[in-house]
Amino acid sequence: MLLALEDLRVTFGAARAVDGIDLTLDAGETLGLVGESGCGKTMTALAILGLVPHPGCVSGAIRFDGRDLTHLEPAALRAVRGGQIGMVFQEPMTALNPVITVGAQIAEAVTLHDRIGRAAAHARAVELLHLVEIPEPAQRADAYPHQLSGGMRQRVMLAIALAGGPRLLIADEPTTALDVTIQAQILDLFATLQRRLGMAVLLVTHDLGIVAERAGRVAIMYAGRLVEDGPVAEVFAAPLHPYTRGLLASIPRAGVAGRRLAAIPGSVPDLRHRPSGCAFRDRCPDAVAACAHIDPALRQYPAARRAACLRLAEEARGAEGSR
Amino acid sequence: MTALLAVRDLRKHFPVRRGLLRRAGAALRAVDGVSFDLAAGETLGIVGESGSGKTTLARLVLRLIEPTGGGVRFDGTDLLALDPAALRRARRAMQLVFQDPVGALDPRQCVGDIVGEGLAIHGLAAGAARRTRVAAVLQRVGLGADAVDRFPHEFSGGQRQRIGIARAVVLEPRLIVADEPVSALDVSIQAQIVNLLQDLQEERRIAYLFIAHDLRVVEHIAHRVAIMYLGRIVELADRRTLYAGARHPYTRALMSAVPSIDAAARRERVVLRGEAPSPIDPPAGCPFHPRCAFAELRCRVEVPALTGSMDHQVACHVFPV
Repeated sequence: MLLALEDLRVTFGAARAVDGIDLTLDAGETLGLVGESGCGKTMTALAILGLVPHPGCVSGAIRFDGRDLTHLEPAALRAVRGGQIGMVFQEPMTALNPVITVGAQIAEAVTLHDRIGRAAAHARAVELLHLVEIPEPAQRADAYPHQLSGGMRQRVMLAIALAGGPRLLIADEPTTALDVTIQAQILDLFATLQRRLGMAVLLVTHDLGIVAERAGRVAIMYAGRLVEDGPVAEVFAAPLHPYTRGLLASIPRAGVAGRRLAAIPGSVPDLRHRPSGCAFRDRCPDAVAACAHIDPALRQYPAARRAACLRLAEEARGAEGSR
Repeated sequence: MTALLAVRDLRKHFPVRRGLLRRAGAALRAVDGVSFDLAAGETLGIVGESGSGKTTLARLVLRLIEPTGGGVRFDGTDLLALDPAALRRARRAMQLVFQDPVGALDPRQCVGDIVGEGLAIHGLAAGAARRTRVAAVLQRVGLGADAVDRFPHEFSGGQRQRIGIARAVVLEPRLIVADEPVSALDVSIQAQIVNLLQDLQEERRIAYLFIAHDLRVVEHIAHRVAIMYLGRIVELADRRTLYAGARHPYTRALMSAVPSIDAAARRERVVLRGEAPSPIDPPAGCPFHPRCAFAELRCRVEVPALTGSMDHQVACHVFPV
């Protein structure tokens, strides 16, 4: 196990952005972390990186390769972040420094984790640009971010993330700002590099199609909690949690055009006033009275699956009892 | 059948000033000869990636910006020949819904005023009559009666888009140009808004020019779909024809690039090489030829015309209909 989150919580005053998450990631695997705006998926990623913005408060354990990152000194954490854990964000334009050439920015990332000279760092930067399949890498190293397209900038971000030779890459909506044909190029590049370098990838996205095609496992968040996780093929073929079912049904699909989409009624709850019981119950077609006061725990189901739903748990207990 | 909206050879070239002396020379060909018809009660989806000219096209159709050339007829009237007062009157029947309802709504105006403003401007209803119509339309789009006195910031993204739709629908338009109306919304909310737009169309026979980059949503809502690339329509077909038998290599690449949750629906991926060229100095011949795996000599010199039948037109030398 490369990464284990244990009862991870991120709070901003009364708002519980991440509300007790247990999740693991194995070496080399791709986990898709999905959910809608405000579900806590980005905050989970930022917590792993030690980048939760002020005044956010992180508790619980984040074990990376056996070490709890929440107990590391800032300097030690910096060595892990950008070293063994790389990161790529949605908007490369805001993450890159506009007045420094991309080659120099990659070289800087290289020297942070490798004590080598300027010339060697520059040569390494050009190699990394080549690795992320940027044409004419030696010339492009001298370009400024604004001279590159969105897709090229995201490749540069990836080169920076790879500079420290990461074992885990955290990618938060890495292709959301890109056109769909460019998105396909970037996701192919991710897959190629992951195979070649043996990295694990935590892919944070709102796009279930990307998860279906690119991840091995999926974890679905709602209102700061994990509601379901499991192998992608199983979860998408037979979702357990009503929220997962609703999400999958609300996506327009090929061949069923014209029919009404199965929208989930209502909207997500305010994280400052988390409702009692199950946070999804107001929008849930299966909710019963008990859902209003019993907080559903994440329960194990066959085929390495978990889900947090009271009705589901009752059903499973019923099936066991009748046997 | 006469079209509600008839667009002919519409063009918009923006002058580009370059170099130290800022001399005008080159032009950015945002929209470069676009023609289509839209019938009453019909939805035409316009799909394209960034720089394809789809948003400029939306503005041209409503004459929010002046075209460089070509024509727009709405309900038989030549929009480009109208004086400002007549254009304002014509606009009542042609409304716009934006992607970003937050940016489009005045934060200091209460929802009742936002939705009722058009009625006031066009002198359609005042006083109690206006309030009644505003309340009715708010209820129709799924907002409570108490929404009238509240402000945009008090609403979620999906509810704000309902306000944007109410503002358009209250004027009983015959055409709504919707520019990425659900792109900023989460998928569960997106479905709510798509359903609402479809219901309103059935009830009121509104025609939609539905502009989006998401082929999945467009396939769901549109009767016909036009694919744009670098300011031109490269393929135009009814929904079923397009999704079952796209001809243009760009359309096929675009469709194959959309990530799908259905393993069965997944097509063999055509990954395009490179990126779309700049609409300033677009390539000669077919604008898509530098990225096209099938390009022939002819594609480098001759711009392919959009040709074919009523229900399927393609602009491609290699794969005509």
